[in-house]
Amino acid sequence: MSESLEYDVLVIGGGPAGSTAARYAAKNGAKTLVIEKRQEIGSPVRCGEGVSLSWLEELEIEDYNRWTAARVKGARIYSPSGHMLQITEKMAGDEVGVVCERDLFDKDMARLAVEAGADFMMKTYAVSLIEEDGKFKGVMARRMGKELEIRAELVIGADGWESQVGRWAGLYEAIPPKDIMTCFQYRMTGIEFDEDYTHFYLGSEAPGGYVWVFPKGPRTANVGLGIHMSSLDGSKTPKDYLDELIASREEFSKGEPVDMVAGAVAVTHPPETVTVDGLMLVGDASRVVDPMTGGGIVNGLKQGKIAGEFAAQCVKEGRFDKEYLQEYEKRWRDRLENRLWRNYMAKEKATTLDDGTFDKLIDSLSDIELDRVSIMAILEGVQKKYPELIKEFEDML
Amino acid sequence: MSKPCIDLDACMRCGACVGTCPVNAMFLKEYTVEVNDDCTSCGLCEKVCPVGAVSLGGE
Ligand SMILES: Cc1cc2nc3c(=O)[nH]c(=O)nc-3n(C[C@H](O)[C@H](O)[C@H](O)COP(=O)(O)OP(=O)(O)OC[C@H]3O[C@@H](n4cnc5c(N)ncnc54)[C@H](O)[C@@H]3O)c2cc1C
Repeated sequence: MSESLEYDVLVIGGGPAGSTAARYAAKNGAKTLVIEKRQEIGSPVRCGEGVSLSWLEELEIEDYNRWTAARVKGARIYSPSGHMLQITEKMAGDEVGVVCERDLFDKDMARLAVEAGADFMMKTYAVSLIEEDGKFKGVMARRMGKELEIRAELVIGADGWESQVGRWAGLYEAIPPKDIMTCFQYRMTGIEFDEDYTHFYLGSEAPGGYVWVFPKGPRTANVGLGIHMSSLDGSKTPKDYLDELIASREEFSKGEPVDMVAGAVAVTHPPETVTVDGLMLVGDASRVVDPMTGGGIVNGLKQGKIAGEFAAQCVKEGRFDKEYLQEYEKRWRDRLENRLWRNYMAKEKATTLDDGTFDKLIDSLSDIELDRVSIMAILEGVQKKYPELIKEFEDML
Repeated sequence: MSKPCIDLDACMRCGACVGTCPVNAMFLKEYTVEVNDDCTSCGLCEKVCPVGAVSLGGE
């Protein structure tokens, strides 16, 4: 007989979204377990580590210093021929933020979950869902090579980009290649760049995506790029693109890599549904990555809080049916969906622009005073300098 | 075309192929990526791989 455990709420995956869901479920009285297949929370890091600070209050975070590698003054966005748009903190609210140490970050989110009362189990891999009378009742897992049955009233799939839980539950829609960004990054050290800013390079150096340089400390940065899968013709990989870019710029080629990161993100629109009887998805598993930036940490945290609070409510009410879970759908969509759709449309547009258009776009913005970054403000800037260009964007107005 | 062949010396276990697979035929294990018989040899895993570790060579 395999060992068996029982919980109110079972979270699959100890990333930021899973830990936060567990934190708020436990805080509100649910007996909660997180299982994580890796042997260390947050490691290996698979991330550019750029994160805003706009959510600290909402998530009741008191100290962000313990996981901050570098605080920046703003972001600089470059067009292919070198026009630059600088976005300062004042313009972006708290959206600018910090570059974090993701391994420490994820462990801090886990700490908050544990302090709220959640249990964690490492090196524990969900292998299938337990289904009874058409309802999901937990998972079969493997823990350090041994089979383990974990029964729960509610399963929360927080298993990230490669999510299996959603697929097992029948919630899976294949992501079209045009909505997949494939990424490669080096942590470079001994390089030269302005360490007070995050840097984004647009154009054909990273077709459909962008190159990022995120400061991590003295002369050290995450230098990476994301490329839209449908822009790849098979002759070059993302790693090839990045190697070429680094070789072509002296400020980077004088340094050396000390870490390599690969991965993919879904830059897609919100899925139709992320709930079935007894189960809901959160974080990357529910496709809440911002389609414009490819950033998913903050949306995962915000949605994780909503999921956890609602999970505890389900436990109190003894209701885990899909109909009841619609309240979770409503709450997270009210919070995130408009912006996800808007940025998805903007991404769809941005991936069609050529280098010349990016040049005009950034050029027209670099000399106006932007006091708030919004798509409307950007378009107004473009209208002033390149009225003929605005036709490109008419459908977005 | 045959099932994808993964060069484990180049593979970074990042899971890009796993999340991309439209028929859920790939699984990220600690030291390998497994491919099961649901694979249709569509080639998306080869295309998405950030480091070129997946190939769908001949037989
Ligand atoms: C190269 C790259 C750069 C990025 N840069 C940024 C950035 O700068 N800023 C930003 O905001 N976002 C960035 N992202 C996206 C960001 O990493 C994700 O959005 C974020 O990690 C999502 O958090 P999550 O909790 O949903 O999932 P994850 O952090 O992926 O956590 C999922 C967890 O589930 C575990 N798991 C999976 N399957 C199972 C199973 N069967 N059983 C048990 N455990 C399981 C995994 O081991 C993992 O720990 C980047 C992504 C990539 C690939």
